[in-house]
Amino acid sequence: MSWLPIALVAVPLLGALAAFVPAVRDSAVAWGIAVSAAVLVLAVALAAVFDYARPAEMQLQTDQPWIPGLGLRFHLGVDGVSLPLVVLTALLTFLCFVHLAGHPPEGGRTGGLVVTLLVLEVGMLGTFLALDLLLFFVFFEVVLVPMYFVIALWGGAGRRQAAVKFILYTLLGSAVLLIGLLVVWTQAGTLDMVALAGRHGSGIARSAQILAFLAIGLGLAVKTPMWPLHTWLPDAHTEAPTVGSVLLAGVLLKMGSYGFARIAIPVLPEGAAALAPWLGAFAVAGIAYGSLACLAQRDLKRMIAYSSVGHMGFVLLGFASLTPVGLNGALFANVAHGLITGLLFFLAGAVKERYGTADMVRLGGGMLRRLPYVGSLLTFACVASLGLPGLAGFWGEMLALLGAYRPAAALSRPLFLVFMAVGGLGTVLTAAYFLLMLSRVTHGRAVETVSPAGPPEPAASLEPAAPLEPLPLEPALPLEPAASLEPVPLEPVRPGATGAAGAAVGAAVGVGTREGAEPGRGRRPFRDATAHELAAWLPLVALIVLFGLWPKALLAVTTPAVQSLLGSGVAP
Amino acid sequence: MIAVVALIVLLPFAAAAAGLLATRLGTRNLGPRAERVAYRRAAWFAIVPGGVSAALTVWLAASLAGGAGTSEGRFWSELLPGRVEGTLTVVETGSVPISLTLRDDGLSVLTGILVVVVALAVQVYSVGYMRDEPRYPSYSAFVSLFTSAMLLVVYAGDLIVLYAGWEIMGLCSYLLIGHWWEDRANSRAAVKAFLVTRLGDVGFLFGIFVLGTAAGGFRIDDVLRADIPQGTLIAATLLLLAGVAGKSAQVPLHTWLPDAMAGPTPISALIHAATMVAAGIFVVARLYPAFLAAPPTLDVLGVVAAVGMLGAALAALAQDDLKRVLAYSTISQLAYMGAALAAGSDLAAMFHLVSHGAFKALLFLCAGLVIHHVGSNLISHMGGLRRALPITFWTMTIGFAALAGLPPASGFFSKDAVLSAVEHGTGPAQPFVYASALLTVGVTGAYAARAWLRTFFGPARVEPLAEPPPGVAHVFDGREAPRSMLWPAGVLAVPALLLGLAGSAAGSAAGVKVEWGPAAVSLAVALLGAGIVYALWRSAPEQDPARLLGPFRVPCERAFYVDAAYAALVARPVLRLARAVVRTDARVVDGAVRGSGRATLGLSGLVRLAQNGNAQLYVTGLFAGLVLIAVAAVVLT
Repeated sequence: MSWLPIALVAVPLLGALAAFVPAVRDSAVAWGIAVSAAVLVLAVALAAVFDYARPAEMQLQTDQPWIPGLGLRFHLGVDGVSLPLVVLTALLTFLCFVHLAGHPPEGGRTGGLVVTLLVLEVGMLGTFLALDLLLFFVFFEVVLVPMYFVIALWGGAGRRQAAVKFILYTLLGSAVLLIGLLVVWTQAGTLDMVALAGRHGSGIARSAQILAFLAIGLGLAVKTPMWPLHTWLPDAHTEAPTVGSVLLAGVLLKMGSYGFARIAIPVLPEGAAALAPWLGAFAVAGIAYGSLACLAQRDLKRMIAYSSVGHMGFVLLGFASLTPVGLNGALFANVAHGLITGLLFFLAGAVKERYGTADMVRLGGGMLRRLPYVGSLLTFACVASLGLPGLAGFWGEMLALLGAYRPAAALSRPLFLVFMAVGGLGTVLTAAYFLLMLSRVTHGRAVETVSPAGPPEPAASLEPAAPLEPLPLEPALPLEPAASLEPVPLEPVRPGATGAAGAAVGAAVGVGTREGAEPGRGRRPFRDATAHELAAWLPLVALIVLFGLWPKALLAVTTPAVQSLLGSGVAP
Repeated sequence: MIAVVALIVLLPFAAAAAGLLATRLGTRNLGPRAERVAYRRAAWFAIVPGGVSAALTVWLAASLAGGAGTSEGRFWSELLPGRVEGTLTVVETGSVPISLTLRDDGLSVLTGILVVVVALAVQVYSVGYMRDEPRYPSYSAFVSLFTSAMLLVVYAGDLIVLYAGWEIMGLCSYLLIGHWWEDRANSRAAVKAFLVTRLGDVGFLFGIFVLGTAAGGFRIDDVLRADIPQGTLIAATLLLLAGVAGKSAQVPLHTWLPDAMAGPTPISALIHAATMVAAGIFVVARLYPAFLAAPPTLDVLGVVAAVGMLGAALAALAQDDLKRVLAYSTISQLAYMGAALAAGSDLAAMFHLVSHGAFKALLFLCAGLVIHHVGSNLISHMGGLRRALPITFWTMTIGFAALAGLPPASGFFSKDAVLSAVEHGTGPAQPFVYASALLTVGVTGAYAARAWLRTFFGPARVEPLAEPPPGVAHVFDGREAPRSMLWPAGVLAVPALLLGLAGSAAGSAAGVKVEWGPAAVSLAVALLGAGIVYALWRSAPEQDPARLLGPFRVPCERAFYVDAAYAALVARPVLRLARAVVRTDARVVDGAVRGSGRATLGLSGLVRLAQNGNAQLYVTGLFAGLVLIAVAAVVLT
């Protein structure tokens, strides 16, 4: 019995309720930061009291009767599989609020957005903590509604359609998931995930396992998303506001893949073994298809959305191998993708906010000159995403491929070798689209850029030596309003470079952001990363580097856990 | 002692971090002086850790020379018998563990010395070369990062650690080729370099998987000691060869290297001539026992090398861009090393690697001096520079002599070692490789002589250029470049001239001797090539001696249209496929989704027809149902 998991779910819920109090509503964002910071502290506390000597066991459990008539229990807990995701969720939500403080949503109604995001956090954390199948499903569903509103109310031009597609598609998936969960319940007679996982499928007939795996897998595959069930994703990502995209890519997609690791594979091992070749085939099809789709995209946010299809393909390939190393890779890639794609969407949002468009053709080139920090960080995030060793993106994909090289004994090895080869080519295509995008957007000279309203800015001048358009509030900030606005210090630096100096610069510039934002958006000059943006981005950068250089930080937690999930019999 | 190895690797890494993070720290209040401060700081960050690393490497070599003889029968075991290994931690992955291991033996130290010396020379040179460059801090930091990554490859004791360094080198190469990214061509060259090498690296990673899984661990010692069936070894080494071909710019993945000359000239010297491209050869030497146990792989390597050395040498003969001449010559020389490896002599390959590293870095630094002076890369803009640039002339002459293999320069000895190794080689492709190698010696003499004569002799063709576009060096007023640029060239000239003598002395200590017969033959062939070019040039100094190629000149200049073929066969089809995927996604995959929505709406429209509010219809339907049920009940019971 531990109060920590309950507090993790209760604090954001109470926070959301309290946000309706008028006194709180006036400073909604500050309230949101406070609540999400408290949740982050709780999550870090959870990680601190977690016993790393036995990460395979469920720890800090709380198990209360919930609906005794049906045998449902309010059962929460963490192990090595869920702990990183809980912390990731708390961190990303907190960073979203920090970002929100400097960049209020375009649609206004900030208080509403804060409430929505807090409810979203309840669902996301609950999903990763739940240890009862139906409780898992409830939290899984709780997430949909706030995300629908985030897209439908604060999204871009095509938000209505995207939001409807998102909710209908994922609800349909959830319905199938529920059927699968009910099959498990009727066959095994319990909803307790720990007990079910401990049995490793004994007590459920093979045919029922296959059926249940199919239903659960399809439901989760919509969320993950797996090709060809992915088409809700690009629309939702493109239309969602920055914070929505970040949470959608950073956490919501992980709920699907987490379901594979927590439910589908350990509870239904025979079903998994029977359907793993199909899962693998769809996974690598997604890798190749997603990468190719990225190669021909024009819209920056849409491209990053499709890149998620490719990256989640690696996660699914790792699961499909049914080996400890493959599952390890999948879980690592999960966390890495959350960090990296979260950062990418933050950056894409920053670009869209400044240029007024995310269309690569209209963005033109020369971002490294116009926005050195944003451009450098974008380079960093892309390099991390394409799987450079030494950054977080590499290990997950490498281990997933290694899992496919020698899949579980029950699976056809030649087939998985083909999968591995396709996945390997997928990494080349991944590098191709990211580098082409960087080449288009960050390199070259800024000449073709258009501004959302009004004439093109003279800042986009032909001479690289010409100073950029001066800040209108320059008199108020006499001392170099920004090193970033000078024509000289333009380095394609690796992002860490922003560091303290960058934060200071951002602070100086950030003052003007909110004042200048309201009137005449077209006249707003380009300003580089603000303090709030840097505060939201740099933790992600630090973690990407940390996990890249020291993968053991994550693998030491997940390795024993996945070994116990698979049972000793399945591993080769 | 392993701490020293770690320090050697980490110092440049720390320098890179400092260069990126700290060069502008606190300079905002300095006003116009901020740039100078940042520049000076970056220079210190670049040079001091590099210098310390170099000193530590030399110390390491000395301590290895006196170490206990534990290396097992490799060519360096006489000279540098010591051996150190240290593991920081073992990462459990669920199957084959990854051990974060560094190791240090004769091979590492030999290559390590080359890396740190060339890197230090390039950093010093860059201080002058990039003086007016606002992005110098990031540039020097990337060079430091590259040095660190290359040292990680050299000292890695685990294949995954090696792969990490291998890929980070590729990233640095990308960032540095694209240093002047305002020009789209540079950006394209950078992307091409990364993608082509990455394609090979996928094979490399899979090769590591095969070896690691078969041996039960990625530690290099475990892999080399494990008893792996030959079929597995052949598969693994062939896969590794893909990565080697990518990094070392061998056929068919060589096309990125000539384009990579878009980067600043010091980068061409460091990365694309002396060190990174040598990494592929180094890795083969590192895993040589595995390659020796897989003869078919060595045969493939031999054929690839034979095709590459001659083709690249012919291409070098026809280029007009001085740096591209040197780039093709690099491909050709790397192919020599590959041929030596294929013939079974890692000693000859490593000997040529080190001497080539010295003389090719020298040639590039000298080319940079020339380009700095002329303001253009094109040989047709040069000529008669002997008087204006006397120091450059002499140092570059040494470099060309070494390249052509003229005694007593280092290239003569190392190339002779390679040729005699190839001559004694076995395997079905040996006659082909040997013929190609000998022919290439002649062509090498020819293109070296052409570049030398066209640059330093004949009529001066220097035209004053206006402000040069980015990517071309600056126009200088003075006669010679600043001293910080001349010194590194002068220092590198020493090993380029003398390394061969030293190496052959060390070789004879190890029982390897210069074979004077084949040496004389190759010298004669080289002189013949050079002589033909000289005769042609003599008859018409203002014309390009490349005209001796006749109708083959254009194909050679275009490097036999390999680039065009790749664009037509790979790049464009992939892009077309990508557009097709986007169309399919919108019409078919998403079309099915939207279609299901429309179908549902249509169905609901049909069902709505029944709900039209007409009570009579409802009652009729109810009655019909009743009748149906009644009839069914009667019939079925």
